[in-house]
Amino acid sequence: MDIFIQQILNGLVLGSIYALIALGYTMVYGIMGLINFAHGEVVMVGGMVTVSVVSALMAAGLGLPPLALILIGLMVAVAACMLLGFTIERVAYRPLRKAQRLAPLITAIGVSIVLQQLAILVWGRNYIPFPPILDHDVIQIFGASITRLQMVIIVLCLAIMGGLLLVVEKTKLGRAMRATSQNPAVAGLMGVNVNTIISATFVIGSALGAIAGLMVATNYEQVHYYMGFMIGLKAFTAAVLGGIGNLAGAVAGGILLGIIESLGAGYIGDLTGGFLGSHYQDIFAFAVLIVVLIFRPSGLLGEKMADRA
Amino acid sequence: MSMLKVNNLEVAYGGIQAVKGIDLTIEKGELVTLIGANGAGKTSTLRTLVGMEKKSGGSIVYDGQDISGVPVYDFVRRGLVMIPEGRGVFAKLTVEENLRMGAYYRNDEDGIKADIEHVYELFPRLKERQKQLAGTLSGGEQQMVAMGRAILSRPKLLLLDEPSMGLAPLIVEKIFEIVRKISAEGVTMLLVEQNAKLALEVSQRGYVMESGRITMSGNSKDLLDDERVRNAYLGE
Repeated sequence: MDIFIQQILNGLVLGSIYALIALGYTMVYGIMGLINFAHGEVVMVGGMVTVSVVSALMAAGLGLPPLALILIGLMVAVAACMLLGFTIERVAYRPLRKAQRLAPLITAIGVSIVLQQLAILVWGRNYIPFPPILDHDVIQIFGASITRLQMVIIVLCLAIMGGLLLVVEKTKLGRAMRATSQNPAVAGLMGVNVNTIISATFVIGSALGAIAGLMVATNYEQVHYYMGFMIGLKAFTAAVLGGIGNLAGAVAGGILLGIIESLGAGYIGDLTGGFLGSHYQDIFAFAVLIVVLIFRPSGLLGEKMADRA
Repeated sequence: MSMLKVNNLEVAYGGIQAVKGIDLTIEKGELVTLIGANGAGKTSTLRTLVGMEKKSGGSIVYDGQDISGVPVYDFVRRGLVMIPEGRGVFAKLTVEENLRMGAYYRNDEDGIKADIEHVYELFPRLKERQKQLAGTLSGGEQQMVAMGRAILSRPKLLLLDEPSMGLAPLIVEKIFEIVRKISAEGVTMLLVEQNAKLALEVSQRGYVMESGRITMSGNSKDLLDDERVRNAYLGE
């Protein structure tokens, strides 16, 4: 039972990070029907920039408290990722707006590779540890333990996601985003500059990605140029699980996937009589993806799959 | 000064010339109709007027200004508003959100609220359904949403593309009654219709379009009596 609660808590931490990243995938898909496979790399850049900024500030010996260090690092990372997201759309996707569906998809994979290689040039191929400023205080809940940092991750993710849903449902910008995703031509007639809305979508999604990057970095206490790949795929799976294009679906899919994966990792040893260990946890995410694609391709909250890939 | 002056307009896409050099003038306050069979080039003409298609020749002067190269999203600010063919309501937005999209470029919240009330007076059905998703409405109600949304844009020149399409005769009557009302409020209108009889009855002047060319024009009354129009478009 203790293991069960422990794994649920671990799943919530992981899941809220997946959800935050999944929102980036699902927003872009909702607006332009594109799966932006480079989004995982934006997360990676967010983590890398935070670590670099925090390390640099510490080396400068200003004596700033850990929270200030992280906040400054986060602000720089968010700004950098917003700029990166904006640039990716402008340079890589906008010229292909009217191209066949496969072209932007392949381009997305290309952008992803380019960003990884650039990260190698800037940060090298090795794992970079998170500077030793993190708090490891543990809180006990029902016999399971969670660090304060992990609590902050969960609460912050939920708050950000709630804020985003509020923006999309209640503000003029959000209304314009929904209108554009349903019928860009008519939205244009209403005075909506569709290009601006698409840029805004990339910028917002990338900001969320940067925050997720920091969370991944603090949770695993290291960053690496390849860290965006697997977490990006998992978050994409979460978005599909929830119903791609649906914001609430991305949140639900992310949290659900985190919990499935975490429970799977906790029990896979028992289930297979010790044949498979918890390092096989990745198979759960992709088993979920395959099952969803076969039995409910529109996802949990999706209505119907449009015929765009 | 004319509200709209189109000179020798040509539109071509995919190797097909849809509009082959037409002239069209609309004076302030007029309700003008453009009638013709399916594929005559009426919709292409409208789409070109609001920048959704590029013209391949000729000129368009709206409100005294050449509007070539103006981006689509800028027309509504200039008062040139189109209700597209098939109505183009946002299916997953509520009725009220759809109306508010019409006022997207405006920032006068009080004026917007007043205009929404005005639309609800014109279409009491929409007030009952203000929180409902527009996609769940009937075709006639969706046409009302599209017209209400256009009113929220405060048009100077309103382009209406086939408002009667796919609607039951009784609903069409109701829609045309509103067309008349909007026109009476001083909005200049260009009405594209396949239902030539209704369109000519409601309008002051008319143009007849065939295979990309204007073949006849004149007072709507005269066109209604014209032998050729009667044979070709009124089924008599």
